[in-house]
This record gives sequence, C-alpha cells and structure tokens, in this order.
Amino acid sequence: MAKKDKNWNLSPAPESLDHIHIKDAYGFFIGGKFTRSKRDSFKTINPANEKSLSSISQASEKDVDTAVKAARKAYNSTWSKMPPTERAKYLFRIARMIQERAREFAVIESLDGGKPIRESRDIDIPLAAAHFFYHAGWADKLNYAFPTKKPQPIGVVGQIIPWNFPLLMAAWKIAPALACGNTVVIKPAETTSLTALKLAELLQDAELPEGVVNIITGNGKTGEALVSHPDIDKIAFTGSTEVGKLIRKATAGTGKKLTLELGGKAANIVFEDASIDQAVEGIVNGIYFNQGHVCCAGSRLFVQESVAKEVMTKLEHRIENLIVGDPLDKNTDVGAINSASQLKTILNYLEGARKDGLEYFESSAKLPEKGYWCKPTLFKNVAQSSRISKEEIFGPVLAVQTFRTIDEVIDKANNTPYGLSAGVWTDKGSKIFNLTTRMKAGVVWANTYNKFDPTSPFGGFKESGYGREGGVHGLSAYLKLELL
Amino acid sequence: MPKTQALIQRKKIDQTGIEERCDRFRTRSIKNDAKIDGLKKALSMIDLTTLEGKDTPGKINQLCFKAKHLHDEFPGLPTVAAICVYPTFVSQAKNLLSGTGIKVASVATAFPSGQSSIAVKKLECKEVVKAGADEVDMVISRGKFLAGEYNYVFDEIAEIKNICGKARLKVILETGELGDLEAVAMASRIAIEAGADFIKTSTGKIKPAATMEVTLVMLQVIKDWYLETGKMVGMKPAGGISNAKLALHYLIMVKEVLGEKWLINNWFRFGASSLANDLLKQIVKQQTGSYQSGNYFSMD
Repeated sequence: MAKKDKNWNLSPAPESLDHIHIKDAYGFFIGGKFTRSKRDSFKTINPANEKSLSSISQASEKDVDTAVKAARKAYNSTWSKMPPTERAKYLFRIARMIQERAREFAVIESLDGGKPIRESRDIDIPLAAAHFFYHAGWADKLNYAFPTKKPQPIGVVGQIIPWNFPLLMAAWKIAPALACGNTVVIKPAETTSLTALKLAELLQDAELPEGVVNIITGNGKTGEALVSHPDIDKIAFTGSTEVGKLIRKATAGTGKKLTLELGGKAANIVFEDASIDQAVEGIVNGIYFNQGHVCCAGSRLFVQESVAKEVMTKLEHRIENLIVGDPLDKNTDVGAINSASQLKTILNYLEGARKDGLEYFESSAKLPEKGYWCKPTLFKNVAQSSRISKEEIFGPVLAVQTFRTIDEVIDKANNTPYGLSAGVWTDKGSKIFNLTTRMKAGVVWANTYNKFDPTSPFGGFKESGYGREGGVHGLSAYLKLELL
Repeated sequence: MPKTQALIQRKKIDQTGIEERCDRFRTRSIKNDAKIDGLKKALSMIDLTTLEGKDTPGKINQLCFKAKHLHDEFPGLPTVAAICVYPTFVSQAKNLLSGTGIKVASVATAFPSGQSSIAVKKLECKEVVKAGADEVDMVISRGKFLAGEYNYVFDEIAEIKNICGKARLKVILETGELGDLEAVAMASRIAIEAGADFIKTSTGKIKPAATMEVTLVMLQVIKDWYLETGKMVGMKPAGGISNAKLALHYLIMVKEVLGEKWLINNWFRFGASSLANDLLKQIVKQQTGSYQSGNYFSMD
C-alpha cells in the first residue's frame, strides 16, 4: 500500500551545466570582433548562490565612441545598402541558430539572472528566436507594411536593455532595428550581460557583417555615454521610469528619436462571473512569473467582493504549491531575485507594508541560505492609497483590493501614473470590451495574462513610456516614414 | 425546484486555461526516488478492469490472480486497489480475493449506456451489493442530463446511493458524451451532492475517455466541495491511461490541486487494464537500470 505518512516530494531535477561555455573574462563586441577584457571590470554573479560566473568589462566613453564609429561605418558601407532580401537571410539565420543553441542560452540565462529554467527554456529563448523570425519576414516587405509611405532606415541606434529578460529584450531591440536597415550599439544590463555576449558569438558564427551589431557592457555610466553620443540617431530604452525621464531630458532638442518602455503597476481584475480556478492561475502567472521582475506584472489584484473569499482561499493554496528554489531545477516555479540591490528594494517595500499593519500571506517554502530570495507574498485589503499599490516593486509581491462595481474598478485601475498593461477575467464578452476600451493601458489581456507574441505591439500609456515594440507598429519606431 | 447548487450557480470553466494548466503538470520532471514512489503509488491505485461481453469465469480467475501477484519476481510491490467486473462475476471475484484487501468493484445501472428504468437499475445494484461488491460503479443517465432533466439525474444517483449501504459509490459521468467542460463540472457537482463517494470520468467504451483536462475540472469541483463542506470525494479517471509517464502526471495534478491527502487509493484510482504492466516495467527499469522485454510481464 502507498505510504500514508510520507509526502510525495519531487526529487531534484537540475539541468546539466556540462554543455555551456562561459569565458573567465569578456571584452566588448565591436566591429565584428571581441576586444580584450579590460582591467576596469566587474563580476557577474549567479544570484542563486552568489558565486562569480565571469568578469565583465566596463565600457568608457571612449569605448562607446569606438562602438558607435563601427556601427556608423557598417551602416554607411554595407547594411543600409544591402538589398533587403539579403538582410532577411541574416535574420533568418540568427533565428535558426538561436534555436539550435537554445539549451545553452537557456541555462546561461537562468545562471546569470536567477529565473527558473522552465521559463528561460520555454518562454525567453523561443520568443527571442520568434522575434528574429518575425522581423526577418518584414525586412523585404516594409513597403507593404506602410503602403502610403517611403520607409527608410534611421541610422545608428543606441539600445539599452534591462535585466529581467536579457536575451529576449536584446532580440526585441536588435531584430526590428536590423530588419529596417539600421545598425546597432546595444548595452545589456550590468547584472545580466552574459547572454548578450553569447549572442555576439552567435552573430560572429552567423557571419553578420562586422559592425552591424556592437555590444558594449557596463553600468549606468556607459548607458549615459551612449545616450549622449552625438552620432546616435535613435535611442531605444527599456527600464525604469526614473531613468527613462533622465534619457528624455538628455535627448530633448538633439534630434535623436526616442522610444521608451518603462515601468508599470498593472491592474488584474477578477469579476464574479469569471472562471475562478483559471483566474487564480492567471493571477499567479501575472505576479510570480519571473519573480515579479516583469514591467507588465499584474501587481495590483482587484477582486469583486462577492467572490473575494473563494479567490483568496484558492490563491493561497496555489501559492503554497509553487516550488521556490534552484533556478536550474526543472521543477522550480519561482527562482532567485536578480541582485542584492533589487532584493533590498523589495524587502524595503515588504517592511513598510508590514509596518503599516497590512495583513499578508507568504509562501511557507524554505528558502536556500545562500543567494537572493524572496517568498511569493500577497497583501490583503490593501488601500488604493497604500505605497505598495502605488509604486512598482518589481518583485513577487501582490497587492490585493476588492471592488464592487465595474465603474469603480476601472477608475481605480486607471488611477496610477503608469499604463503598460492590465488583465480582466470574466465569462462575459461584452464586459471585456466595455472594460478594455476604457482602460488606459497599452496591453489588456482578457482571461489570460503575460502572453507575448512578436506580431503584437507592446508599449505603454502615460509614464510607462511611448513607442511600440513588435508588430507593424514596432517597425515604425525604426524607420523614417516620409509620405510618398 | 433545482435540487443542487450546480443549477443555481454554474461553475465557469475556461478551456484554454485548463489546457495551459495541464501543460504545466506535464513539464514536471519526476526523477529518482520520487519516480519510484510515484510508480508504486500509481500501481496501488489501479482498478484492474475487465468489462467485455466475452468475459468468462476463466478470465476472471486469471485477472484476480494477477491482481494478487503483479510481478512476484520483484518483491515489495503493492497490489492493485481493486478489480472491476460485470455484476455476474462479483461473487466469484469476492471468493478469489478474500483476505487480500483487494476490493471488488462492480459496474451497475445498465452499464455502459444507462438506458434503462430506475427500477431495473435499483434491482441490479441490490444484487451486486448482495453478492458482496465493495464498490459500485454506476453510470449517470446522459440522455436525461443532455435533455436538461438534472433533477432526474440527481434523484437516480441518490436512490442508488441509498441501496449501496456500506459499498462505496463511484459515479461515472461518461465525460466523452457530455459535450464540454462546463457540463462536466455540472455533472460532477450533481453527482457529489447526490452522494457520490467517487466521481469517475468514463466507462472506457466511448472515446475520448479520461483526459487530463477533464480530470482537472473534476478535481476542481471536488476541491470546491471540500472547501465548502470539509468532505472529501474520490476521483477515478478511467480509460486511455495506459503508460506510466501519463499516470505520474495525473498524480502530480492530484497533488497540486487537492493535496497529499488524496494521494492514496481511498481517494484516487486509475481505471485501467494495460497501465499495470507499463508501471511494472518502469519500476524494474528504475531499479535495474535496463528495460525488460514485455514478455517478462504476464499479460493479465
């Protein structure tokens, strides 16, 4: 007979590290070649155990200038002159090669960033490949995308990307830029440079003409140098609203084009007529996906009061089922917090909310001793005026409010400086359309959450930024579009 | 007057959401100790079944022996939970299995179609209980259900439950005939409120039989009931679960939806005939490192 007294717990199922290659130290990828690693450098660590993975070079103003010059040269001499069908071939090749090396990319992404291997394997890397495939298809069809316009590349594009989806964000940025005929200088986030540098190796193997993509690494100072470089024609930034505002100021009056994809504080709204069990799944996916390090995370939950008890009971049970721990274990649902400083920020919010006397629930999962960890947490009966329902936490922390009517919830959902995304759960189609047309958010998901696709434009309202990535809208951000 | 909550507030089901959740169960990686434990658990949850027109005393004899001696070459294995047969074989099976702890389940109520009068169904149920069946697997009247006669379905289950006495009642919904997942949820709720000890997906005579999606919906209805009343109801997916890996994914689903309490054969069963041998094959492989030929495992 089955043992009654012992729980059936899953044995460890860690992904193997045998097949990955990480150098001890990295330089930059400029003009198609890797530069030598610099003495001015910093360690990139595995946030799950605080061990160093490699040494990353800090790009100075001079390095940025070298990279921009390489990009300019490639733009003038090859890339903007190349027939679009030829550009498409390179993009298709890159997409295929990402698929071929998917396993290595996934493992390094989880090692360097702390996200569960299930997500990097099933979401990040396949989507990165999908973005290259999608934009490869557009490269020679831009005239059809904009039938009344004459699409022309912009020139050299400076791109700065965040640490939450390192390779995927690089793909979001690089693929449309190249498809439209631009060349790129891109800076990955300080804590997660490795997959971008692995992508550089892949671009070399793909024989992408030198200088078309240049990758420089470093902290905010490097980003600042890139933004203020005079020979950059456009800046594309994904990151915090705070830094977005600085970039807006720095580029004002310079003639540089700018797109910003910034923070969010999304409302996820559950009506009483929703399929509750699936909504609970969507709530969990909305806030605990990638430890809540998601700009469109559904961090404000609005539950109709009549079903609040049922939703909360089921939600708590579901949170208890989340497996928290080693990002490389195939069964892990919630991995490590990306960095010590991000953990500090999150803990600061948790402490504040507890001091305010807010009732909370947290997973009883045992956290590893080493590394940066935060239990999936939710706060109940949070007020609209509470700090945790106003500010972006960027961690696995959910603020729950109840509501009574549809007008009330729309007003409250829109009562935020942000407007990146929202979710709605109801069985009734008319309610979905009523709500989606009145929500001030770039993306509104109905009966699902955190769904991404290269064909679908993504971007914000209000302080969540402007410009769109993905779809035809995303192409226009990388083109000069004069009327025919 | 509607007799059950199921009719007052129908449970909403989002099919896409159900499918996505099932995909997540399938990505669980079950290795080493967890795998051995899981395989043995699954083995102990099987209702070893034969439900054919050509069943004979000789066949039942073989089936009962197999239930007791799954694979004697390999000591320490559990037995199956029960055998499941037609009414005429109950007393024979009962004799063959006495003292083993293996239960005898009998289908009843005009299995598999359920197309007969309540009087006939009650008589059949009486007979199998009298013959010593530990468990009765009844079918609901799908025709009545689809015609909207929910009270009829409810009453029929309640009356059969009355006759069962100490025998546990498993209610077969035949989900493959119900149309969609919301109908499955409603039928589950009606069966539970009418007194089912177990709800069961299928007769095995209709395709599709058990699927993870249908089972997930039924588990969620069981959970609703448990949250409302504190009472446990068992679950039995039947038909179409023929390999070990799939069985382990079902167990993961039970664990994550209902919890560890349901992971024993009092509360979870597999209705299957060929699953046992694949589980045995995998257990032997886990411990010896190599797969054995199918010829080493007796066929029934």
